[in-house]
Amino acid sequence: MATEALVELENVFFARGPHPVLDGVNMRIPRGAIVALMGASGGGKTTMLNLMAGTLRPQSGQIRVAGQDLKTLSEEAIYSLRRQMGMLFQHSALFTDLSAFENVAFPLRRHFRLPEGILRKLVMMKLEAVGLRGAAGLLPAELSGGMGRRVALARAVVMDPMLIFYDEPFTGLDPISVGIIASLIKRLNAALGATSVLVSHDVEETLSIADHGFILAGGKIIAEGSPDALRSSDSALARQFLGGQPDGPVPFHYPTQQDYAAALRDSRSSGERF
Amino acid sequence: MAFFDFIPQTGRRTLLTIPNLGAASRFLLSSLWNIFNRHFSMQQLFRQIYGFGVRSLILMVVAAFFTGMVLGFQGYYALVRFGATSALGTLVALSLLRELGPVLTALLFAGRAGSALTAEISSMKATEQLSAMEMMAVNPLAWVVAPRLWAGIIAVPILCAIFDLVGIFGGYLISVPVLGVDGGTFWAQMQSNVTFSGDILTGLLKALCFGVVVTWIAAWKGYTARPTAEGVGNATTLSVVTASLTVLGLDFILTALLFS
Repeated sequence: MATEALVELENVFFARGPHPVLDGVNMRIPRGAIVALMGASGGGKTTMLNLMAGTLRPQSGQIRVAGQDLKTLSEEAIYSLRRQMGMLFQHSALFTDLSAFENVAFPLRRHFRLPEGILRKLVMMKLEAVGLRGAAGLLPAELSGGMGRRVALARAVVMDPMLIFYDEPFTGLDPISVGIIASLIKRLNAALGATSVLVSHDVEETLSIADHGFILAGGKIIAEGSPDALRSSDSALARQFLGGQPDGPVPFHYPTQQDYAAALRDSRSSGERF
Repeated sequence: MAFFDFIPQTGRRTLLTIPNLGAASRFLLSSLWNIFNRHFSMQQLFRQIYGFGVRSLILMVVAAFFTGMVLGFQGYYALVRFGATSALGTLVALSLLRELGPVLTALLFAGRAGSALTAEISSMKATEQLSAMEMMAVNPLAWVVAPRLWAGIIAVPILCAIFDLVGIFGGYLISVPVLGVDGGTFWAQMQSNVTFSGDILTGLLKALCFGVVVTWIAAWKGYTARPTAEGVGNATTLSVVTASLTVLGLDFILTALLFS
C-alpha cells in the first residue's frame, strides 16, 4: 500500500437521521489497484461509494479524490471530476428507452461533439471489449441480466475513467456471467490503467481479483489487507463474514427481550399477532 | 385527549410542510433555470411537447366537444325561460374561456400527462437511472426534469386554446342546428361580448399557471418518490390527487384576482 493514493478517507462520519452509517472511517485506495469493500448488508458499503463519488457529503471528515478535497469543491467541480469516474450499478441502471449502443454512447454524446463515425468506433470498441458488439441494437428489455451488466460496464468505461466503482457487480448472475464480469473487471482495470473499487458479497470471486480488501461492520473497518491477510484475520467478525457462518458476532437471532418459551405460551393464550 | 393530540400533530405536520414546500420551490426554480444548462436538449423538449400535447389532443377534443354541447343544452334551458336565447353564444363562450376551458384542461392534463410524468421519473429513480446520470456527470434536472417542466408549461395553454375552440364549436352544433337558435345572433352576441384581453388572455393566463402547477407537482412527486414499486404507485396517485385539488383551489384564487 505504499503506492500513491487516488482516494483517501480521513475520519469520515456519515449518519442517516440518528443512525450512524459510517463512524470515523479511514481508508486509502492506491492508484491502479482493485480494492474490495466487503461487509454485511446495510453496512454502509454503497454509502461509501456514493461518498467517494460526491453524490453524498459526509457530516464530518475528509474525502480526497485525486488530491482534491470533495468538501471544498463546488457542484460544478464535482460534476467535472465525475467525468473521470465510472460506475457499474447493482441493477445495471440502463436507460430503458435506449438501445445498448445508445446507452454506451450516452456519456459521449452529452460531453463531446464527436463526428458520428468516431463516436460509433468508440462505442463499438467498448462493446467489443465486453463481447457484445452483436447486441448493439438490442433494447435493455431484450438483454439477459448478465448481458445488461456487461453493457452497463461498457457504458461505465466509455470515457476511459481513472476511477471505476462497482456496486454488487455479481449479484443475481449465473456462474458463467460472474466469471465473465470478474475477468472483465480485472482486464479493463489493467487496460485502462484505472483504479477500481468493488463492493460485493461474493467473497471468493471478489478476493480472486482484488489486490486489497476492507471489511466493514458497524460503521467501522474491522479488517484490511491483501486477500491472504484478510483470510487469516484475527477478527472473529471478519472470519464469520468470509466463512459465511450463520451465527457468531453477527447473531442469527434478531435481538429480543422476550423469552421464547414465554412468548409461545403467551401467544397461545392471547392469540397475539406480530 | 384526542383533541389535545390533534394540536401538536397539526403543529408537527405544519413544521414538516414548510421545509418540504421550500425544497419543492427550489426544485422548481433550479429545474426551470436548467434551460441554460449545456445538457438541456431542445430535441428532448420537442419530444416532450409532442408526448404531452399532441398525444393528449384526442382526449381534450372529445372532452371539449361534449362539454360545449352540454353547455349549449343547459344554457338554452336556463335562457329560454327569460326569452334570452340570443345570449347563448356569449354564455357558452364565456363559460369556456373564463372557467371550464382552463380548469378542465388542467384536470385532464393532470390525469393523462401528469400521472405519466410522475410514473416515468419515479421509475427512473427506482431503477437507479437518475443516479447513473449523475455518475456520468449529467445533471438529471437538466436532462430529465427541465424539458418535461417546460413542455408542460408550453403545452397546457395551447391545449386550453384548442379546448376553448372545440367547446365553442360543440356549443354551436347544439344551439343552432339542433335547438334552432339563430346562427347570426349566436356568433354576433359572442363577438360583441367577449373581449380579447379580459376573457381570452386571462383564461390562457390561468391555463399557464395551471400548467406550471400540474407539471411541477408531477415532477416533484416523481423525483421524491420512494424507490420501490409501491413508492411509484403512491407517487402517481398522490400526483393526480394533489394536482387536481391544487388546480381547483388555485382557480378560486385566480378568479378572485383576475375577474374581481
